Amino acid sequence: MIKLEPRGQHSKLMAWLSPVFAGILTLISGAILFALLGQDPLEALHTLLIMPVSDIYGLAELCVKAAPILLCAIGLSVVFKAKVWNIGAEGQLLMGGLIGSACALALIDAEGFWVLPLVLLAGMVGGALWAGLAAWLKTSFNANEILTTIMLNYIALNLLIWAVHGPLKDPDGYNFPESAMFSDSALIPTLIDGTRIHFGMLFALLAVVIIWVLLSRSFLGFQIKVLGLDSSAARLAGFREKRLVWIALLISGALAGLAGVGEVAGPLGQLVPSISPGYGYAAIIVAFLGRLHPVGILLATLLMALIYMGGEMAQITLGLPVALTGLFQGMLLFYLLACDVLINFRIRIPALSKSAADKLAVKEEAVN
Amino acid sequence: MKRRQFNKLLTGVAAGIGLSTALMSGQAIAADDPLKVGFVYVGPVGDHGWTYQHDQGRIALEEHFGDKVETTYVENVPEGADAERVIRNLAQSGHKLIFTTSFGFMNATVKVAKRYPDVKFEHATGYKMADNLGTYISKTYEGRYVAGYVASQMTESNKIGYIASFPIPEVIRDINSVQMALNKYNPDAELKIIWVNSWFDPGKEADAANAMMDQGVDVILQHTDSPAAMQAAERRGKYAVGQASDMSSFGPNAHLLSVVDEWGPHYIAQTQKVMDGTWESHAMVEGMHEGAIVIPSFADSIPADVKAEAERLVAGIQDGSIHPFAGPVVNQAGEVMVPEGEVLSWEELEKMNWYIQGIDAELPK
Repeated sequence: MIKLEPRGQHSKLMAWLSPVFAGILTLISGAILFALLGQDPLEALHTLLIMPVSDIYGLAELCVKAAPILLCAIGLSVVFKAKVWNIGAEGQLLMGGLIGSACALALIDAEGFWVLPLVLLAGMVGGALWAGLAAWLKTSFNANEILTTIMLNYIALNLLIWAVHGPLKDPDGYNFPESAMFSDSALIPTLIDGTRIHFGMLFALLAVVIIWVLLSRSFLGFQIKVLGLDSSAARLAGFREKRLVWIALLISGALAGLAGVGEVAGPLGQLVPSISPGYGYAAIIVAFLGRLHPVGILLATLLMALIYMGGEMAQITLGLPVALTGLFQGMLLFYLLACDVLINFRIRIPALSKSAADKLAVKEEAVN
Repeated sequence: MKRRQFNKLLTGVAAGIGLSTALMSGQAIAADDPLKVGFVYVGPVGDHGWTYQHDQGRIALEEHFGDKVETTYVENVPEGADAERVIRNLAQSGHKLIFTTSFGFMNATVKVAKRYPDVKFEHATGYKMADNLGTYISKTYEGRYVAGYVASQMTESNKIGYIASFPIPEVIRDINSVQMALNKYNPDAELKIIWVNSWFDPGKEADAANAMMDQGVDVILQHTDSPAAMQAAERRGKYAVGQASDMSSFGPNAHLLSVVDEWGPHYIAQTQKVMDGTWESHAMVEGMHEGAIVIPSFADSIPADVKAEAERLVAGIQDGSIHPFAGPVVNQAGEVMVPEGEVLSWEELEKMNWYIQGIDAELPK
């Protein structure tokens, strides 16, 4: 039998190095995997991790892919710090996209600088409302937010599908489930000609800075962190728990909503049934991979986006299957968890150190 | 000001790169390199339905041309913001003919086609076209009509299940085609429709199949891509009809027939045109007549007289003497949409958004 024993001291340095180790181990395992598939490991890793971002278009696409994940993940870092387990970033993103689209389509004939801010705001409100539902259920009925947010994801998806088949359907679209293209004044301008990078990435970076300041420099952030570390201490200190739960969920929902409206008013330019290939779920992984720290999350997001894009590139240039993308993400998480366990615990094999265990048992008896 | 200059610089660099790649590709053609053909798939190649069948078409293309073509595919591409990048990367990496095989890739294909005027694009099941962008679709409703006939004869409970994906014209058309067969051959049979809002979700498809069998359904048809419903029917001793690919191996006893898409002939013909320089933008609609829709076999469980009639229907559709939507076609409100002696035209079928008489359900709005 193998036993895990907690280590006495927690090394802060090791906690930060753990993702780095996980990354290196993933690269080594990936190289072995490629070799087994009959590919040159170095060339394959080059295709997967460097080729997608080897030109301006690729770098811009990395940002396009990263922006929604980053917005969701940075929002999740706030709720997760409060130990409020919002699994509903996906649903909040979809609602942001839906409400934002409804706004953009209602203003399809409008022109002016005010249209886009209104559309973006509508998206943020949509996401915040959806998270607010979970906050209301939690604070009023003590409903477990893990369950409510997951279920709200499905409701959001079905609402979106209903809307895109019904009231928001393009009247000239042969009954296909998609909205009309938004007018130019409702579209987020691109930053570089010939690419799709748009202001959404700047919003995401701005959100990273704001959340960083909020969590590390503000009293509100302090309260949120205390709530997460020890809710009874927070209560004792007079922090209003329900209010903090509301605030954390609203921030997280609004940012996820911004991610959603950023997709429909950004690279898509219309509402379609599948605006997110699971960004809200990927963001949960990213938030933990990044240690719930803004900079960590930024790096983790870029890595995640890169793996997605690399998977496409590996299919195009090497003919490797798409399952590779999932495999790489899975390995990364597996190694991260493994490293975390080994940093916080030491492995003991009692059969080998029986005498030591005996001594311990004697000691325990003596204490009893 | 600075900003504008920077943009100019970038555009200049981009133009330079574009020019040099254009020169390189010019040399490439002179050196008689293989024609690179790209495919964008919405599902995994192993879905045993829609995407699997497109990939079979791609393999047929490779076998036909040998080393004169080089094919590439990207699978599991979400129908969102990612599609445009994937299509663009294919165009950028020298693919001269690109097939995008799902409706949701339409606007992304249009955008990329605009940027790469010397690359030919073909988008399946859509309606937007350009000089270098054509569309293609199969008349699945022809096969569905035959399936509807066989189901109408094989059902004992007079309840036939239909697992539907999304209420778009293609799916509504096929449901109506089944009902046309029921109206003609077994008006007592009732069609039960469940919308799963997905093209490929084995879990949901199996749930839908089981829910319908709980309600007494004994023949299941599907317009979704996994063999999950076939397997569910096999477990409970009911019948099912395969979709897109031959699903007989998933239900040796349950399988009645499969309505199979054969994309190979289309891919070979269009590739040949690009090689010859004769490719032109087109809206191609192909069915049993062209060999794009095939029913590979009828199960032994089907009685001989039913099989003979089904084969007669196939032959009739192939030579054009039988049309699934032959008038009178009446809608749910009782209005005659097509009088006797005429057939519903493709223009009307293409945007069909109404149920015909006999379907006891409302279209999801």
